[in-house]
Amino acid sequence: MSTPTKTPLVPFDDALTRYEPVMGLEVHVELGTRTKMFCGCATEFGAEPNTQVCPVCLGLPGALPVVNAKAVESAIRIGLALNCEIAEWCRFARKNYFYPDQPKNFQTSQYDEPIAFDGYTDVEVDGEVYRIEIERAHMEEDTGKSLHVGGATGRIHGADHSLLDYNRAGIPLIEIVTRTIEVPGDKAPAVARAYVNQLRDLMLALGVSDARMDQGSLRADVNLSLKPTGSSTLGTRSETKNVNSFRSVERAVRYEVGRHAGILDAGQKVVQETRHFHESDGSTSSGREKSDAEDYRYFPEPDLAPVAPSRAWVDELRGTLPEPPSERRKRLQAEWEFSDLDMRDTIGAGALELIVATVEAGAAPQAARKWWLGELARRSNDTGVDLAALPITPAQVAGIQALIDAGKINDKLARDVFDGVLAGEGTPEEVVASRGLEVVSDDGALGEAVDRAIEANPDVADKIRDGKLQAAGALIGAVMKEMRGQADAGRVRELILEKLS
Amino acid sequence: MSDLTRLHASDLAAQLADGSVTSVEATQAQIDRIAAVDGDLNAFLHVDAEGALATAADVDARRAAGESLPTLAGVPIAVKDLINTVGQPTTAGSKILEGWVPPYDATVVTRLRAAGLPILGKTNLDEFAMGSSNEHSAYGPARNPWDTGRIPGGSSGGSAAAVAAFEAPLALGTDTGGSIRQPGAMTGIVGVKPTYGGVSRYGVIAMASSLDQVGPMARSVLDAALLHEVIAGHDPRDSTSIDAPVPSVVEAARRGDVAGLRIGVVREFAGEGFQPGVQRRFDEAVAKLADAGAEIVEVSCPSFTHGIAAYYLVMPSEVSSNLARFDAMRYGLRVSPDGNPSPSAEQVMAATRDAGFGDEVKRRIILGTYALSSGYYDAYYGSAQKVRTLIAQDFTAAFEQVDVLFSPTAPTTAWRLGEKSDDPLAMYLEDVCTIPANLAGVPGINVPIGLADDSGLPVGGQFLAPAQADERLYNAGAALERLVPAPVLEEVVR
Amino acid sequence: MSSPLSREDVAHLASLARISLSEDELDRLGAELPAILDHVAAVQGVVESAGADVAPMSHPVPITNVFRADEPSPGLSRDEALSGAPASEEDRFLVPKILGEEA
Repeated sequence: MSTPTKTPLVPFDDALTRYEPVMGLEVHVELGTRTKMFCGCATEFGAEPNTQVCPVCLGLPGALPVVNAKAVESAIRIGLALNCEIAEWCRFARKNYFYPDQPKNFQTSQYDEPIAFDGYTDVEVDGEVYRIEIERAHMEEDTGKSLHVGGATGRIHGADHSLLDYNRAGIPLIEIVTRTIEVPGDKAPAVARAYVNQLRDLMLALGVSDARMDQGSLRADVNLSLKPTGSSTLGTRSETKNVNSFRSVERAVRYEVGRHAGILDAGQKVVQETRHFHESDGSTSSGREKSDAEDYRYFPEPDLAPVAPSRAWVDELRGTLPEPPSERRKRLQAEWEFSDLDMRDTIGAGALELIVATVEAGAAPQAARKWWLGELARRSNDTGVDLAALPITPAQVAGIQALIDAGKINDKLARDVFDGVLAGEGTPEEVVASRGLEVVSDDGALGEAVDRAIEANPDVADKIRDGKLQAAGALIGAVMKEMRGQADAGRVRELILEKLS
Repeated sequence: MSDLTRLHASDLAAQLADGSVTSVEATQAQIDRIAAVDGDLNAFLHVDAEGALATAADVDARRAAGESLPTLAGVPIAVKDLINTVGQPTTAGSKILEGWVPPYDATVVTRLRAAGLPILGKTNLDEFAMGSSNEHSAYGPARNPWDTGRIPGGSSGGSAAAVAAFEAPLALGTDTGGSIRQPGAMTGIVGVKPTYGGVSRYGVIAMASSLDQVGPMARSVLDAALLHEVIAGHDPRDSTSIDAPVPSVVEAARRGDVAGLRIGVVREFAGEGFQPGVQRRFDEAVAKLADAGAEIVEVSCPSFTHGIAAYYLVMPSEVSSNLARFDAMRYGLRVSPDGNPSPSAEQVMAATRDAGFGDEVKRRIILGTYALSSGYYDAYYGSAQKVRTLIAQDFTAAFEQVDVLFSPTAPTTAWRLGEKSDDPLAMYLEDVCTIPANLAGVPGINVPIGLADDSGLPVGGQFLAPAQADERLYNAGAALERLVPAPVLEEVVR
Repeated sequence: MSSPLSREDVAHLASLARISLSEDELDRLGAELPAILDHVAAVQGVVESAGADVAPMSHPVPITNVFRADEPSPGLSRDEALSGAPASEEDRFLVPKILGEEA
């Protein structure tokens, strides 16, 4: 299944000296509708197994599908937000293949008549705008989930048997497929990441999905091939499936570029196959070989009526669209008074919507940016968890900033509060209380600490008495040390100067 | 007391309403009749005496309490075993669903229950409704009460045999290419395939989704209309269900007047392959309709002759997909391959589908898989869908000239068991007259027109009407029924 | 198109359709299907002689936009859902080990 002999991975920059990457991205968005695509079952995440099922989504004999109006509406709005044409008339189709997580052994999808097609979206990387062309966005349904029992932990290989939960089967999905993306090779990984990030932001702005990569409600497949620089001959592509973070999208592109280059350098052929991405080391491994034998035998779904959205309805939905991403970015930069560099960093970090939400929760834009791009970006890098997937909400970040603004904690203590919130210890207030992090500004306690510091450092005290006020820093440091950082530094300085004047 | 099992449903309903008989008595009479004759007929795969009598007792109690009840309340019925019934197994005549009890009722069954019809049991059929003889049932063939050495037709052969042999006054069948009308013709009863979308398919195990339709089977046109009215009407669970008022079929069945009616005789449905005894009865029926004031017009529908070719592409294609769900994972049979102690899911699926499906089902699945496979889709499935359009256009043109079309329902009378088993294509050709209606979605009715003089077996005539004009079938059918009385079976011929 | 269907073709179709046909069945279907295909292949000639403008019919009743409001409705209880299962464990359907990869 894999290449005949293992070829070395070529460093990314080296690969770009000889090859140009050609990418395509397929993103599946799980819609946040209350019910499934074709039946009235609930869609709550994390429900007890097989409690959100009915004859339709279990594929029981005789059951028939009925289309969820909200899902069609969401599909049209997504299509419009991606500047797509909306089909005047389109049908569902059956994609026939056998797999135990697919209750009917066909997926109800759309084939050559997608509801939305021929669109684009502009993404920004390092201040440059790249247009990503959208081939199609179509409606389909999700599969059930299998749990592999026995053998290695939860892996499909070596399992004794599998256990199936069909709660997820039939949840509406929108599959968004790009046309071939050709950008300067060195930008490809970042463009891929920025595109997926922008889709996430768009889904949130549309209110159609929670678009959480970590929970699988937004899943990206990265298709990649290389062509020799200057050539127009396309190479064989690999399809890296279900990449589940923005960072991983970028890493998957880099890895596949290096892997393909190694194979081509060795004069071998790239195998057309699906590949799995591994978060641990950023590598991919061989999945299933795509062969000509794969034959989905698509045909129009006879159990569903064609969908023919009236132009009046489409226009009405057009009126509900959020601001386009590029205009939104411009407006926010002006409102927030961010420099071009601030804005570029914000977008690069995928923090735009997080800052929007933090500002909405009451924080100043610069403060919001400081936390998301500083403290939290560092933790995201350390743990490999996307910024948006960190276990802290914009409202909590705003809450921490509010505590600082109120003088209850200082920046240093704030870092401890972040620790506590990220560790699941509760709201910022609860963490402050349980960890005893509130700054001491009570003159009694501070006064005693100041007295002890003066007593312990008579030389420094004398200098201050002689008017060398800059020496106060040493005494402040001593007090802060004694108070384990929880002192109001401004008040400490005032007390020192009062006592030594 | 007269033999309750011989009553038409409309007459039984009248006697129930006036209190001269109870539903428990009528239901018990049917259960006794089933016990007496079904050993020879094998029309029932499952009899639910207890459930039927409980419903009957409930209806009797409500009637005694003065409650106003639907017309058919208390009239027992048999249901084709392709239609889901909570509390009774639903097997589709297949080993792959042996013993499966659905956790939900088909919409038509919900409507039967709401109307107070005791459900006697589930009737035999060709496996997954695939066949014209009932010989493809995994549970042995149902037999024709006119001659138990012969087929009752199919696929709703069990329902037809049950109604013809007085095991039930009414039955539900399903018709994908003639599976209600053809067994109706073979056993001398009335059977109707309503307009596609007229009756809900929800909970009816799908054979070919774009062709399947549930319909009534009975011993009179009026009885069929009364049952039609119970089961028809919009169902939000079936996306292909028509959201419009049900045609006034009962009123039409009571009218039964062909004076001035323009009746088209389809030129293509005669000649080679048509049994002379069938043709003679048909010609007599046409003459009597003319005598009664109908205007007889010969019409040509050239595309109809291609119906079988299109049907045997569209139907198996949909079959191959609809039957994919029978895979041993969630319900039904699970078989492990021989000599494999630790088989994979894939191997179990394949072994189960080999063991659980009969030859005809496998033949159609393979044929459909081929017709849909890449490289062949346009030539086969795509072309067949275009032939459907041509057939629909022929109907449209014909109905500009005439109100209804009339033809024999089947080219022959019932054949001997096993007679056509070795030649699937010969069996397929038996559906030539019935298939065009399914492909175009229009309604059709079989009305008995006597016994063939060459075989002594029942012959059926078929009326076809435009979509959503089902009442025309009942009007013409009721008139014909008066002009040509249906043959009455004295006793099961063993 | 008269397309002779080889025994290998039938075996391939059977594998697509997930039916482990026996050798006898492969022989029999290999013998029966060509006659049926010969008959049904007539549709191509019919369509060709009818001219280009025949639209394919996928649905016999021309209705569109049949939708359901996004409102939850009761489904099956877990016991009902699992009632027909050949095997179950931990409230899930138990199936033999799965070899292939997801599509």
